[in-house]
Amino acid sequence: MEDAIRLTYAISPDDFTRAGEASSDVKKKLKQMGVSPEAVRKVSIAMYEGEINMVIHAKGGEIRVEITPEKILMVLDDVGPGIPDVELAMKAGYSTAPDEVRSLGFGAGMGLPNMKKYTDSMEVETKLGVGTKITMVVDI
Amino acid sequence: MTIQELWDSGIFKQVNEGEDMEREITKPFCCDLLSIAMSKAPAGCAWVTVMGNMNTLAVAALADAACVIMAENAHLDQTAMNKARVQGITVLETELPIFDAALKIFRLLPEGGEKGL
Repeated sequence: MEDAIRLTYAISPDDFTRAGEASSDVKKKLKQMGVSPEAVRKVSIAMYEGEINMVIHAKGGEIRVEITPEKILMVLDDVGPGIPDVELAMKAGYSTAPDEVRSLGFGAGMGLPNMKKYTDSMEVETKLGVGTKITMVVDI
Repeated sequence: MTIQELWDSGIFKQVNEGEDMEREITKPFCCDLLSIAMSKAPAGCAWVTVMGNMNTLAVAALADAACVIMAENAHLDQTAMNKARVQGITVLETELPIFDAALKIFRLLPEGGEKGL
């Protein structure tokens, strides 16, 4: 693991003008490192969905990314309401996003399903009233 | 067809010239719901939409679209315009409805030509 590159991003709540900056930065760095376009796309989509979720639902949080020659690990750690029913939240189309978020074109209930679809493994740890931690891995 | 060729085709109004103009366009893609576009937009697509906020640009960049076409005379807002410049994303505009705009792109692609559409 000594070859690992570690990146950390603070995510601000309710700031849609900055949502996506962390994901864009990771995408740029992965491209510079010569990671395959398909892996870059998977990481970009999964991380952006997670980042948007943190902006919409949580009171901020942190994303940690670890890049090794074999895989890209993303840990999204938020201080938020937690997810009451993870199985339900994982269903495509299920959403608790407010109307203002929907008017921006989000909130169709695709976030978590997309994150699962575009990663090789995904784990959700959540505690009501405390927060949610999502760990995702994309193999290179 | 490359982004440059679409840019020069005269079909759409030129708004922002992106970085990778020699990239091949794979297919047109139509969607206004960013959540779905994020999941379904094919890499290298010409994405036709009326949604012109800055999240459109973020989705275009992260889902790896080749370019964005604003249809129905929709425009990017100022924040989105700045984002397009910074991220080097090609953006075009048209008064055409979404389907008509996408069809015009499709007809310029080898696939569209072969089928004589």
